[in-house]
Amino acid sequence: MPAIHIEELTKEYAVGFWRPRPYRALDRLTLAIDSGEVFGFLGPNGAGKTTTLKLLMQLIFPTSGRAEILGRPIGDVATRRRIGYLPENPSFYDYLTAEELLTYFAQLLDVPARDRKRRVSDLLDTVGLGRERRFQLRKFSKGMIQRVGIAQALLNEPEVIFLDEPMSGLDPLGRRDVRALILDLRDQGRTVFFSSHILADAEALCSRVAVVAAGRLVATGRLNELAEFRIRGWELVVANLSPAALESLRPAATRAIEIGSGRYTIELPLSETPEQVLPAIAAAGASVVSLNPLRETLEDFFVQRIAEAGARTRGDAVAGGHAGR
Amino acid sequence: MRAVRYIAINVFRESVRDRVPYNLVLFAMLLIGASYLLGQLTAGQDVKIIKDLGLAAISVFGLFIAIFIGIGLVSKEVERRSIYALLAKPISRPQFIAGKYAGLTLTLLVNVAVMTAALYAVLAYMTWVTPAHIKAGWEAPGVDPVLLKATLLIFVELMIVTAVALFFSTFSSPILSAALTFALYVAGQFNTDLKNFDQVVESKAAVWLARGLYHLLPDLSAFDVKLQVVHGLPVPAGYLAATAGYGALYIAALLIAATLIFSRRDFK
Repeated sequence: MPAIHIEELTKEYAVGFWRPRPYRALDRLTLAIDSGEVFGFLGPNGAGKTTTLKLLMQLIFPTSGRAEILGRPIGDVATRRRIGYLPENPSFYDYLTAEELLTYFAQLLDVPARDRKRRVSDLLDTVGLGRERRFQLRKFSKGMIQRVGIAQALLNEPEVIFLDEPMSGLDPLGRRDVRALILDLRDQGRTVFFSSHILADAEALCSRVAVVAAGRLVATGRLNELAEFRIRGWELVVANLSPAALESLRPAATRAIEIGSGRYTIELPLSETPEQVLPAIAAAGASVVSLNPLRETLEDFFVQRIAEAGARTRGDAVAGGHAGR
Repeated sequence: MRAVRYIAINVFRESVRDRVPYNLVLFAMLLIGASYLLGQLTAGQDVKIIKDLGLAAISVFGLFIAIFIGIGLVSKEVERRSIYALLAKPISRPQFIAGKYAGLTLTLLVNVAVMTAALYAVLAYMTWVTPAHIKAGWEAPGVDPVLLKATLLIFVELMIVTAVALFFSTFSSPILSAALTFALYVAGQFNTDLKNFDQVVESKAAVWLARGLYHLLPDLSAFDVKLQVVHGLPVPAGYLAATAGYGALYIAALLIAATLIFSRRDFK
């Protein structure tokens, strides 16, 4: 049984005051996330990431489709005892101290009274707010509020944790701490579903990712599968390469960059295999320093897929416009 | 039930940390003090003026608390987005509404209790310093337990106003909620006139409209027994129970409507 199961989830909003028209913020999203996975939900701003998380938390209601968390429908209030949620740019009661807020939420989560104080204290220490526990939240910076948000999402030792842009507002140190925390949660066997547009975070943390753009799922899979999706060539670093030898390599290379002192970085297209080029380099008396495949990075993948999705959406709009005429 | 209690306690804590209720209690106490000074100038009538002004102050200051905190109960949570983390906890939306309402009712109860105690303290002092021959002319005793009947009905009236403010706060902005709640409060004071509208107009449509409004709007004038208690006139227990029962039904209807609206609301 997957920890999270989403099937054809769709959300439409009415836009316009006098003549409201439906705007599809999420379009038939289908996903399954296994227990113990750290799952990255990626996409640019406005892609539908927060909409999906709000639907799962029942802060908004789906137009169609369904979803389950831990085998229970998303409307099941009791399941929320087993999950944690960090909203995007969280905001809490500024008249409460960090300790009071967490105690209040721990009460609502039915954390036993005997454990409450210790758990609140431990979590505040974990997120680095041990010293500020008795400060009112109105005195907290954005990054500190984010840390409080992470702490409140973990109060009930949840089986599934939903984090909406968990690195938002954090400094590099804070980001490192949160990364370590997510990996800890993974090691404890918990499922983490987090949305982000910061690809480095996904690369560092996720076993699988889904990419959404314009409300649609454009790709999903294991991160290494996506990263290896396309090897677009080879990168050779060569030393002691004479100008004549360089010229003989130029027709085969897509790019040749001088690093200095007779060293060059030569990029070869996929059609030119290293085996074809290496004999010529050896014959010219040059030496190979390194040879690496040029992989499509997640960032390249991200940009390309989103551009494709955008073009498709524009195409649909044009086709729809023609059909409407 | 526990969730409702925790939410209510948090609302109470918020209102305590918000300095507005303290100021209102202070103002109410000042007004009661002023009424005492005024009473010094009017021989024989002083105790009645103190009771009258004291009860009016409890009602007016309670009304300010009910409206100005009530309109923010839900809308503030939505505006500052604190509702996102809260509703992701194991609480249902009806529990959220019930907790918010119970919290403000608790705040009002404490405020009305403090103001009533202050009024009784002034009346006790008056009774103590007034000569026996003047006291013999009073229509009702100085420290009259019957005053509690008036404060009880004031409290139920404030609970209705709170429910109205909460109802509007589930779907409109704080300013609009305040305006609508205040308008409904004023209309509620003159509701009895709508009942007798058929005696002054001939149009059947107007009479039916007035009847409809009479049943729809709260009849708040029923909760005002200040005149009776000040002048020592009887306020039967049956009347007290029936009026409180009417208030409870009206509150229940408003809370059900607020819950129905709130349960379907998207928090974009």
